[in-house]
Amino acid sequence: THVCSVCLLQCNNVRIPRNISWAISGTECELQKRNMTENGLGHRVLNMDTMNPNVKRVEYAVRGPIVQRAMQIEKELKEGVKKPFTEVIKANIGDAHAMGQKPITFLRQVVALCAYPDLLEDDKFPEDAKNRARRILQACGGGSIGAYSASPGIEIIRQDVAKYIEKRDGGIPSNPDNIYLSTGASDAIVTMLKLLTSGEGKNRTGVMISIPQYPLYSAALAELAAVQVSYYLDEDKCWSLDVGELRRAVKVAREHCNPRALCIINPGNPTGQVQSRQCIEDVIRFAAEEHLFLMADEVYQDNVYAEGCQFHSFKKVLFEMGPEYSSVVELASFHSTSKCFMGECGFRGGYMEVVNMDPEVKLQLTKLVSVRLCPPIPGQALLDLVVNPPQPDEPSYATFIKERTANLDILAEKAKMTEQVLNTVPGIHCNPVQGAMYTFPRLSLPEKAINAAKEKGQAPDMFYCMKLLEETGICLVPGSGFGQRDGTYHFRMTILPATEKLKVVLKKIREFHKRFTEEFS
Amino acid sequence: YMDVIDVYWGDPHSGGVKPLTFVRQVLAACIYPKLLQSDKLPVDVRQRAQSLLTACDGGSVGSYTPSGGISYIRGSVSNFISRRDGGVPSSPENIFMTSGSQRSLMLVLKLLVHNQASLPTGVLTAVPTYNYLKMMLQRLGAAIVPYYLDEEQGWAMEVEELRRALQASKGVCNPVALYVINPGNPTGHVQSRKCIEEVIRFAAEERLFLMADEVYQESVFGEGCEFVSYKKVLSEMGPPLSHTVKLASFHSASKGLMGECGLRGGYVELVNLDPTVMRYAYTIFSTDICAPVTGQLALELMANPPRPGDPSYPVYAQETQSIQAMLVHNMNWVPEVLNNIPGISCQPMMGGAFVFPRLYLPQAATEKAKVVGMQPDLWYCKRLLEEAGVCVGPGCQYGQKEGTHHIRLCVMTPVETMEQVLKRLKDFHLHFLKEFS
Repeated sequence: THVCSVCLLQCNNVRIPRNISWAISGTECELQKRNMTENGLGHRVLNMDTMNPNVKRVEYAVRGPIVQRAMQIEKELKEGVKKPFTEVIKANIGDAHAMGQKPITFLRQVVALCAYPDLLEDDKFPEDAKNRARRILQACGGGSIGAYSASPGIEIIRQDVAKYIEKRDGGIPSNPDNIYLSTGASDAIVTMLKLLTSGEGKNRTGVMISIPQYPLYSAALAELAAVQVSYYLDEDKCWSLDVGELRRAVKVAREHCNPRALCIINPGNPTGQVQSRQCIEDVIRFAAEEHLFLMADEVYQDNVYAEGCQFHSFKKVLFEMGPEYSSVVELASFHSTSKCFMGECGFRGGYMEVVNMDPEVKLQLTKLVSVRLCPPIPGQALLDLVVNPPQPDEPSYATFIKERTANLDILAEKAKMTEQVLNTVPGIHCNPVQGAMYTFPRLSLPEKAINAAKEKGQAPDMFYCMKLLEETGICLVPGSGFGQRDGTYHFRMTILPATEKLKVVLKKIREFHKRFTEEFS
Repeated sequence: YMDVIDVYWGDPHSGGVKPLTFVRQVLAACIYPKLLQSDKLPVDVRQRAQSLLTACDGGSVGSYTPSGGISYIRGSVSNFISRRDGGVPSSPENIFMTSGSQRSLMLVLKLLVHNQASLPTGVLTAVPTYNYLKMMLQRLGAAIVPYYLDEEQGWAMEVEELRRALQASKGVCNPVALYVINPGNPTGHVQSRKCIEEVIRFAAEERLFLMADEVYQESVFGEGCEFVSYKKVLSEMGPPLSHTVKLASFHSASKGLMGECGLRGGYVELVNLDPTVMRYAYTIFSTDICAPVTGQLALELMANPPRPGDPSYPVYAQETQSIQAMLVHNMNWVPEVLNNIPGISCQPMMGGAFVFPRLYLPQAATEKAKVVGMQPDLWYCKRLLEEAGVCVGPGCQYGQKEGTHHIRLCVMTPVETMEQVLKRLKDFHLHFLKEFS
């Protein structure tokens, strides 16, 4: 017997659909099916016709069908089903801890102290951790991280974030009133897109996003029914951004929508490209000319590996370009606790800084964020420690620096190794992983494979990735989920698995690709 | 006055209620697993933390979780629901954990609200109701279809009134959902089983999607009152209703005895949804990636508290009983005190976290408010804050019958603080009446 997920009764009449990768909602029993036919499908209040049509257009590849299938396979493995592999390796999502990276000691000590303040009496915790915890708790309602905070976040933490930004940007002032803490960067990004979206028909907001891009942007635009204005990154030039391409895209877009915003991810996801200072200046100039609101997603700002590459914040470059631009260009910069050296995805910590925002709009923004009450307090606390880490004269400094450096160094090594190994595979071409956490190699797929995919109604790279998953247990995300030039195929793989495991993954991908090419030759 | 007392928010910790020791110990051990070796933490705390860490990818609470939440915890929550509902089955696949009930509500509304149709989508909402719901509906471009709760009957819900409201909405909007909050916010009313059955029947007849906000379900202590969930009643009404009425039930770790608002944990259970729609529900929930892990942990501990015989049980029992005693005391005593203040009347409080007393403001006062350009009860609240240092919610924010005025106070507040609040309120009110007599 199985429990029908719809009528919630245990019965003998349950049939498990063959294509179980789609059966997220479980199974439907005969009784339920009969009820539906008796009452007529159209009797359902919330059905595919009455559901908000924008929802149908939302896709989020990082958590899409391939991941759902991977989770299914994990379940099967647990149940003892025999497979050509013993574990699913989830190289689909930028989650460092899931792949074995250890949390930074100091960060966890302070948050634990905040969670259970009795530990402040425990001499196993260093004094600097305790001081940070006390300071944070004092700023919480009733001295508890269980109390709501103000909607833009705890005041002293916003101040600490502002100080961090000032230090990072060589002294360019940052006002805490322009800092909004958020539930991960995603929350703030979607909030800004909401603010920006308005108008009807030809006047509907257009938002420029890169191809390829992190699919949160396309999903949010689909849901908001804003117009997606795609600009292509240049794969042959290491995925760099070319202002000529921006110009082309915005010109075409003006014919059917009102382009209002330009989204940049730097360092890039999925490309790993780190923008040069010159490029950032060009983009700022372009945004000023075309009257575009700049959205700078900088969550990977500490993840820069390649020699000759350096992170430059959009805000810093903007202000160094002088008042002609710095007093005019509207900018929102986003950061998060999920990436960099700490990888604390599960805490959902993040912030955005708004620059040159219209004061009345800012009031509305403040109102808008209050609808979601406040970001999680543990995430806010964690963010505080990221922007206010141990100083050289503090007891936790040595360990903190050691752990931080180790995490970033290992990532740099893996970035290099990944690029090298993938480029030894005939049919796979991989651009240097300059930063972030991913590789987005290009695949040459045989004609036969492309046809087989089309027959199945699948994008060719989805077909490839599904087969890879079923044969090796390695879960990647097909390039079609991020966008790519027509007729090209890619996958996105994280560089996060532990070095030894990553070596195995790369080896298996090499072997798979050879097999695949032979099978479909 | 030397300090401002805030009884506006439903935020127990902010008001001085202490977190539950067991919850915080498990949380700390999950955040800093070195504590698993500490003998200062009870054995059951360490075991629970260990189980939870094992359920996290990479053994860390810093990892993303599956979009509906950690499977282990979805399982705990579904067992909790089943136990609560006397055995009515609950499937983990129908449970989605989020960063709070507000987020859950928003995501479900996203499925329901069309902003491209010729008529705006309508959602039946109570007057008075949870103010954030109205903000969310406005944000989505949905229409509010108000139905009035009956103050004289302790803020009860009446199906006749639902019918009237629906009738009035014809041609104005396309009503698709009915939002109820039980126990009530701000009213403190707990619905009888009979009322719930009538509401369910009405929703079935009129083909409305039922949204049952039940975040205050742990706080029901009124005499003769019992919380019974919409799902349980629906299930007990049998087919065809039990198979066809679409229901979303919302709960949260922010309320009840835990009061962990800051950890941001909530869940929604979706009942009888079309499987294809469920697929899109999953996509919509996945764009948040996942709920904060701290919130998910809080939900686990809410669903699975210490049991008699567990080492942590005595402290847990003592702490929860003390919070309960505080609530029971306030529930009985606060309406009584308010009723004894001339010009204020208060319905009995059956459950939830708030009272919503009515203010009978002198004509002169309401006129003065008009001159100032504010709703009379908002103006009253402003003056109360300035002159007495007490912060309460104005009735106009939650909705009320035209010409009536109310304030909302959170009574999940330590007794001494509540005493201060009522004393200051009484002094202020008498003064106020005198000024405008």
